[in-house]
Amino acid sequence: MNIVVFTKSTPDTAAKVEVDGGGKVTWGNAQLVLNPWDEYSVTESVLLKDAHKVNTTAFAIGDEIHNDALKQALAIGMDNAIRIWDAGMSGQDSLGFAKSAAAAVKKLGDVGLVIFGKEFVDVGTDAQVYQLARLLGCTAIGAVSKIVAVDFNAKTIKVERMVEEGKQTLTAPLPAVISVLKDINEPKSPSFIGIRKASKAVIPVWSSADLGLGEAASGAAAKVSTVAYRNLPVRAGQVEIIEGGSERERAEKLVNKLLEEKVI
Amino acid sequence: MSAVFVWIDQFKGKALNASWEALAVGRTVANAWGVPLTAVVFGQGIENVVTLSFHYGADKVVKCEDATLADYRLEPYAALLGKVVGDAKAVIGGGSTRGRELIAAVSADLNGALLSDVTELSADGGKLNATRPVFAGKVLSTVAPSGDGSVFITTRSRAFAPLTPDASRAGEVESVAPVLSEGQISTKIEGFEETKGTVNLSDAAIIISGGRGVGSPEGFAPVRELADVLGGAVGASRAAVDAGWIPYPHQVGQTGKVVSPNLYVAAGLSGSIQHQAGMRTSKVIVAINKDPDAPIFKLAQYGIVGDLFKELPAIAAVFREKLGK
Repeated sequence: MNIVVFTKSTPDTAAKVEVDGGGKVTWGNAQLVLNPWDEYSVTESVLLKDAHKVNTTAFAIGDEIHNDALKQALAIGMDNAIRIWDAGMSGQDSLGFAKSAAAAVKKLGDVGLVIFGKEFVDVGTDAQVYQLARLLGCTAIGAVSKIVAVDFNAKTIKVERMVEEGKQTLTAPLPAVISVLKDINEPKSPSFIGIRKASKAVIPVWSSADLGLGEAASGAAAKVSTVAYRNLPVRAGQVEIIEGGSERERAEKLVNKLLEEKVI
Repeated sequence: MSAVFVWIDQFKGKALNASWEALAVGRTVANAWGVPLTAVVFGQGIENVVTLSFHYGADKVVKCEDATLADYRLEPYAALLGKVVGDAKAVIGGGSTRGRELIAAVSADLNGALLSDVTELSADGGKLNATRPVFAGKVLSTVAPSGDGSVFITTRSRAFAPLTPDASRAGEVESVAPVLSEGQISTKIEGFEETKGTVNLSDAAIIISGGRGVGSPEGFAPVRELADVLGGAVGASRAAVDAGWIPYPHQVGQTGKVVSPNLYVAAGLSGSIQHQAGMRTSKVIVAINKDPDAPIFKLAQYGIVGDLFKELPAIAAVFREKLGK
């Protein structure tokens, strides 16, 4: 039985990301890190591997910059890493991503559970989680904060998930596609052995031809195209520091300003 | 005639604000295309939601009242929504947890174009162009559907204003039957623990947040007090959550919630890049911090350099007097 994680490399959280004169998104010399939410999905897969007899595979869909994330997943303790890419996939939308992911899951075979982090912070979407589940014809459970029980033999899973109004407990059959939140675990750091393994790893690449995808998941077939990127509008003005001899005086000034702003 | 459909997310017979925001976006698109706007409501005890859907802009409502749909589950909801919308030109949902997953799932079922987490949308000349934040909100992208197929849209919470409700509006209500029977639904709900208090951050117009400076679980008392006076929600930085002072559902930031209130008060909170990713689009930001060099002052419109344990109670007291509470 396999557990699969889809991950990617994203610019470091502290990176200054902006659009350059040519309309391209850049992050200067900032380093690439494991997509922040994937610290939890990778860790959860390793915890499940330790508790059950399962094999763990990390996939990334994208060019070679995503080898960084895959090596990090290996260093944290996942068994295998495979990158999915060819030039024709450039510009694919979330549905194209999901189609590639579905083909990879089928090619790997015997997958019991696919785990995503809540979202990919670079493209800012979680759509691929649900789209993949529907393409595979299996259950999708988003925003999971705890795996209460999982039985890979009986093929069942019981989870808690967070919705706006509270916490829901659900049971579903496997295979399932889930996304996990920060509450689910304490992220594992790479181990010494893991780092050595990752540094020596040669990451295989599966192309759309290997996956039998044809044009379906190509950038050319994307149903959504990115027309342009732009920088955020500059926030007007500088901070106005409220001065005053006492907290009461400062509070009165602030409250008057907020009432004038009509934000209350 | 093909319509624009908006799925109305409701919980226990009460619609989420995000649904009325989505309905307003649906109205814009339907008007641009000259087609009717249909609201879709599933659940039990949804009469009031159906009525309000007209008030908030729908021309028609398709509803399904059934025990299998009493609590939201993706399987039966996606099967039914896919059938209801068929080859619709556009299907829109609000930016709730349920809306994001349902609309994405149905977009895959129907092989449509998905514009997710949209913060601006134009339908000028009938052509859709959407803005969506990328790279943790540091950059904006403009996206557009490429072909003529169905377009699926989810809106980001509070990015669009609902229409002013018009109680004189009404229209045709069509009842449909569910697609899946309980025996065909593999997901079962075993329990639900409702969150007490004012946690729903994504919908909140006012948020008071505490950071490392609150120092302890008890330190959130003045934060909560001001939130209570203003009818707002309580937020927190990752540092405060990781320290165990307040549960994770309160966390605002890159690995927490993304919020966009009218007023965001950050108390004892330095304003790390990871925190800013969750609150940068707030309309007015107030920073209260002992450290005048805290990065939050670069983002804030108003700042008080001081001790949150003195400043917050004073602000709460003044508001109480002014608002007569």
